[in-house]
Amino acid sequence: MSKQPVAVVGVGQTKHVAARQDVSIAGLVREAAVRALADAALDWADIDAVVIGKAPDFFEGVMMPELYLAEALGAVGKPMLRVHTAGSVGGSTALVAANLVAARVHGTVLTVAFEKQSESNAMWGLSLPIPFQQPLTAGAGGFFAPHVRAYMRRTGAPDTVGSLVAFKDRRNALKNPYAHLHEHDLTLERVQSSPMLWDPIRYSETCPSSDGACALVLTGERGAARAPRPPAWVHGGAMRSEPTIFAGKDYVSPQAGRDCAADVYRQAGVTDPRRQLDAVEMYVPFSWYEPMWLENLGFADQGEGWKLVEAGVTEMDGDLPVNPSGGVLSSNPIGASGMIRFAEAALQVRGLAGEHQIDGARRALGHAYGGGAQFFSMWLVGSDRPDR
Amino acid sequence: MSSPAPSAPRTGGRDVAVVAFAQSNHTRHTDQLSEVELVMPVLHDVLKQTGLTANRIGFTCSGSSDYLAGRAFSFTMALDGVGAWPPISESHVEMDGAWALYEAWVKLRTGEADTALVYSYGKSSPGSVRDVLTRQLDPYTLAPLWPDSIALAALQARALIDAGLTDERRLARTAVRSRRAATANPHAQLRGSADVEDLLRRPYEVEPLRRHDCPPISDGAAAVVLAAGDAARALHANPAWIRGVDHRIEAHQPGVRDLTDSPSTRLAATAAGAFDAPFDAAELHAPFTAQEVVLRRALDLDDRVRVNPSGGPLAANPVMAAGLIRLGEAAALIHRGEAGRVLAHATSGPCLQQNLVAVLENTGGGTR
Repeated sequence: MSKQPVAVVGVGQTKHVAARQDVSIAGLVREAAVRALADAALDWADIDAVVIGKAPDFFEGVMMPELYLAEALGAVGKPMLRVHTAGSVGGSTALVAANLVAARVHGTVLTVAFEKQSESNAMWGLSLPIPFQQPLTAGAGGFFAPHVRAYMRRTGAPDTVGSLVAFKDRRNALKNPYAHLHEHDLTLERVQSSPMLWDPIRYSETCPSSDGACALVLTGERGAARAPRPPAWVHGGAMRSEPTIFAGKDYVSPQAGRDCAADVYRQAGVTDPRRQLDAVEMYVPFSWYEPMWLENLGFADQGEGWKLVEAGVTEMDGDLPVNPSGGVLSSNPIGASGMIRFAEAALQVRGLAGEHQIDGARRALGHAYGGGAQFFSMWLVGSDRPDR
Repeated sequence: MSSPAPSAPRTGGRDVAVVAFAQSNHTRHTDQLSEVELVMPVLHDVLKQTGLTANRIGFTCSGSSDYLAGRAFSFTMALDGVGAWPPISESHVEMDGAWALYEAWVKLRTGEADTALVYSYGKSSPGSVRDVLTRQLDPYTLAPLWPDSIALAALQARALIDAGLTDERRLARTAVRSRRAATANPHAQLRGSADVEDLLRRPYEVEPLRRHDCPPISDGAAAVVLAAGDAARALHANPAWIRGVDHRIEAHQPGVRDLTDSPSTRLAATAAGAFDAPFDAAELHAPFTAQEVVLRRALDLDDRVRVNPSGGPLAANPVMAAGLIRLGEAAALIHRGEAGRVLAHATSGPCLQQNLVAVLENTGGGTR
């Protein structure tokens, strides 16, 4: 029996902010779920299963919080799965949910991802002393900065490229009502003169810490036919993983990322991603990762990614808009960030992205990564039902 | 057996089987081993049984908990034990490995992979697992009270005794039966037991539970290989076919549940086709003696069914792996030709909040 095509018929997000002190964790995830159900014009009773994802439990200080969230997500009496694949988890969670529909195990699935960073301290959560291992107390930026430096050295990219990405994404975020950072007064000069955090990564080139949740309603052909608004169809989806550290690992352009993208393009019948995709929502927590991923995902030749950035190709009005939503640089509820990329890609091909809609977008990529640039999850969505 | 059938069992889809199972020798302490070192021998064992290597596996999925490991992203290091190079198609659930198996089963049903490696591990010894598990309770209303896992299980046992469904003597018999069965299981941690009279003279841990009613604290790991259709037939002479698998969750607050019942287990069992035919054996993930009473009632298991011939979680309870071990032990009964139809169950959360039921059979091929 063949796979069933999967459609995204509901998308919901919270307004991402530094601290949602007005809601509990349950209130936060339910808010996103209710919005996704409303978008799909469905009720809790229409949902067959719930798949939830988030980054490490230490970020809120709750072990396996899905147990306590069963009621808030209407999961009582239903199957509930909890995915955790580091920073890529939001994407992985959506893919696990999509497989439940594709395999015809369930008809309609609600998938939710969240992080409520204000409940705890991510830096602490990442810095617990571990037997057998060197402590990493510099946070994610400290881990990734040397890889950015390696990219600059390898490609000869000028120092300013990161600031161009940061300025673009923060300006895009002004068109996205759900984005955390709305910096109306930001200028390119201010980005370039912001404090250096982890050389070469500056403060304004770094993602914020956010509270937020994202939810999707996924269904099959019958569900899509009943949906009141246009669905986004999943044309391809994949996950790839490689070890954190090993001799010969390419941190600048990890093989797992290349393989994952190649698998997704193959499934979707995409041979020239630069020309065939209309929008990309990629996981860029530090601005330099945009040119790095442009190469890793096959949008630019090796060493050429930064030139696309400089030429404005990835601007909202460029021919390959990247992160029209403002991206991770403008909102980072960690566990949800991957799903937000997937959701924003779906909104683009549904024509429902509002002010940050790319006109006529018919195919878009959602991308997430995590761990030591080692876990990748991606999906490619389109306005048309896949014909294979 | 009779039971309501609210939804018809699933039909169609690819047949998926367990073709290999391996586990560690579970122990109270593994001070000299990291999680990777705990997992690696088990992975080598399970792959060796099939002749496969990591790069020939279609999909890999694991289950573990950062809170047991005491660090964020603990599973990333365990991945080193797999040898994920060249890169592999891989996922992880922050759940017992039984749910990792479920995710892998779904993946094989999509047709995107023909084989899957599933593993999980739990190293409880570095902390106090009894206290650690309080952190999985509602953080606003329940966790601040620190009701530990034994106290919550004692509430459940008390509810069962008050309802006349069991008594302390019968609970002790379950402990004796389980740990004596484990004498035949070289992987078990507690093998053998004093007799019932002796046990009942011992003090309460948390009344009405005595120490024998509680699981041991274990470090351990487990792994299975799943395969679909012809791949399964090629990898094992007696594949343990997964005829159905389903899982359900209940409300979290113990106060809103009837702790003597497990409607989620019954729902999952119905959806998995568990009531279609009798079982030769059942592997139940009941860490506390009283929980076996709840599960037997929910699953309509009478005394003719062999329950936990491996000794069950009362004989070894590596948290996050104990559920996957039930599936593995159930499959192993079929692999060895000792049973034709076996039920496997896994649980998660306080007082059996979330439950998974799988039906394994020795006959494959045609779908129901």
